[in-house]
Amino acid sequence: MGFKGRLLITSVFCSWLLAPASAAALDVKVGYIHWLPDQGPVLSNVTPEPEDAGLRGAELGIADNNATGKFLDQNYALESVMASDEEGAMAALEEMLKNGIDLLVTRVPADTLQAMAKRAGDKALLFNAGASDDALRIGECQPNVLHTIPSYAMLTDALAQWLNMRRWKEVFLITGPTDQDKAWADAFRRASKRFGLEIVADKPWTFDSDLRRTASKELPAFTQASDYDAVVVADVRGDFGEYVPFNTWLPRPVVGTQGMGPEAWHRVVEAWGAAQLQNRFRELADRDMYSEDYAAWAAIRSIGTTVTGLSEAGHSNIREYLFSDDFQLAAFKGRKLTYRPWNGQLRQPIPLVHPQGLVATPPLEGFLHRDSELDTLGYDRPESDCRIN
Amino acid sequence: MKNTFKIATLAAAIGLSGQALASLAYVSNEKDNTLSIIDTATQEVVDTIDVGARPRGILLSKDHTKLYICASDDDTVQVLDLATRKIIDTLPSGEDPEQFALHPNNRHLYIANEDDAIVTVVDVETKDVLAQIDVGVEPEGMAVSPDGKWAVNTSETSSMLHWINTETFEIEKNTVVGQRPRHVEFNKDSKIAWASAEIGGTVHIFDVDTIEEIKQIDFKIKGVPQDRVQPVGIELTSDGKYAFVALGPSNHVAVVDAQTYEVLDYLLVGARVWQLDLDKDEKFLYTTNGVSSDVSVIDVEGLKVIKSIKVGRFPWGVVIDPTS
Repeated sequence: MGFKGRLLITSVFCSWLLAPASAAALDVKVGYIHWLPDQGPVLSNVTPEPEDAGLRGAELGIADNNATGKFLDQNYALESVMASDEEGAMAALEEMLKNGIDLLVTRVPADTLQAMAKRAGDKALLFNAGASDDALRIGECQPNVLHTIPSYAMLTDALAQWLNMRRWKEVFLITGPTDQDKAWADAFRRASKRFGLEIVADKPWTFDSDLRRTASKELPAFTQASDYDAVVVADVRGDFGEYVPFNTWLPRPVVGTQGMGPEAWHRVVEAWGAAQLQNRFRELADRDMYSEDYAAWAAIRSIGTTVTGLSEAGHSNIREYLFSDDFQLAAFKGRKLTYRPWNGQLRQPIPLVHPQGLVATPPLEGFLHRDSELDTLGYDRPESDCRIN
Repeated sequence: MKNTFKIATLAAAIGLSGQALASLAYVSNEKDNTLSIIDTATQEVVDTIDVGARPRGILLSKDHTKLYICASDDDTVQVLDLATRKIIDTLPSGEDPEQFALHPNNRHLYIANEDDAIVTVVDVETKDVLAQIDVGVEPEGMAVSPDGKWAVNTSETSSMLHWINTETFEIEKNTVVGQRPRHVEFNKDSKIAWASAEIGGTVHIFDVDTIEEIKQIDFKIKGVPQDRVQPVGIELTSDGKYAFVALGPSNHVAVVDAQTYEVLDYLLVGARVWQLDLDKDEKFLYTTNGVSSDVSVIDVEGLKVIKSIKVGRFPWGVVIDPTS
């Protein structure tokens, strides 16, 4: 640390015995299950997403919990499984339930999550850190599932709010072929209605040629229209979207899943103490922190914050506390985060980022809500059929 | 051009100091790597000096001859000689020092190392590191009681106050407070400690003899969403009348009755108000406003904001030298 020869360090460790409410030691074990179907080949493979996005965030959450827990005689441990198929993921769940793990963070597709939630029943509380599908928040809610990853509706509402604020209201929408692309685009169509945008062209992406050779020729023609203020791309896995910016017919910005767009988390976020979280993460994982890492971290910090508040564990106690007025998560987004009682979604500001910088962090000023401005993003209580509490 | 300008401002500063002994306010500009120096008589910036990278916490030596500066990104504490306005030394600080507090003995400096989850204690005379104390995640606020008995550190992500015995350098108690505690301030007789919780939106009052929380203060500002009310810096008047609490992105400073703990008023200042300090007669309160890059001046008697002074980018801390 550069203290050179003049060291006189008395390494002082804390007196655990004097921790408040010094009950017996508390061991909290959290399971992490990761399974992603093969995304298929993509045209743009310049910056592939790290394979352990999610897992490393969970690990940091455990480390943060332990750094607090050591003063309170609370110990956290993570049991993680990176499954290679859905059967493996379900088997991991089975094993964890058998071993009495009742708190789980998952990064699995929506269908798998639903199956897991049904299997876990009243034996465990699940935190969804991977599936953004809106269906999980409006109709297919499970009382034992909370969502720390933002829904597509939250992401696209954030983008639409900003487009409205900029008065770039006429947009050209390009939607990729996958189910996720379509789900993202559906969410954006809803958002455009809520925030007064007009989709002047709505085209599916159908080309199958290699854009690295022909982007400059094909995309101008594809984006031909009389006028629009921005091009919106729905390409969740990152197939063709990177080739849209600077290749549009009109000189217009490109936003959405590529260009500038909404993320739960991104390396350019640094305000509100985020720089510290980014530093801690980089030290742990030797790479930048992704949205899925943040979602897994937020899930485990939710557990830690609750156990600190309650001085006890157990998934039903924790669930009750998470939905109570006492719960608030400090999560480097400039305000306290809480869970929506109707569908278990973690309310959160959504950074709008381009690869090298932060543009804005909706909810933006002026978009009002009677309870919480954060509920201007995503499905609000009256718009969701879910009532999990 | 730049040099001429500097000479001109320096000349102006010298001219002023020749006339009257008004005290000076020092403001650390986190994103400019500078200190702005404000003459509290004219309430204008009279000098801007270059310091280390990402200056945040600043404090005066007890004899008011030196200013200590946490240069967070340089991983060091710089020592500024106030007479010459030159950096004359650096202290070993541990990594990423953010806030610190000086023991009344004028020697033991308690430094919160945000990235390392430790508090480093340095003897500023010998530069010996006397202790490194493990604390919670993201240690931030640091205060030493005026009687020298306690050093209190806040850890933001652990949401705790760590009460460190200054004789043994050991933690004697950990108290859980609201989310993201930022700052601790002792009253003059060391009997009461005030701690702000930024995300919790609360201020917690502790009885120091028992180390028990005796009161929690909540804030409500008309027309401001509750989650924008984020207490950070706290400043107490020495007559025990008022506490001023900087409420972050609500852009308000709360005026609290320091005896009854009732909130008396909210004063509108610049954007994202962080830290504050009283001038030597306690007639004016200076606040740093991080986002609007200015300093607001509050008239303490009238409880009115009377001026805003443009400083560098992201002003973080402010201290006023009562003797200059």
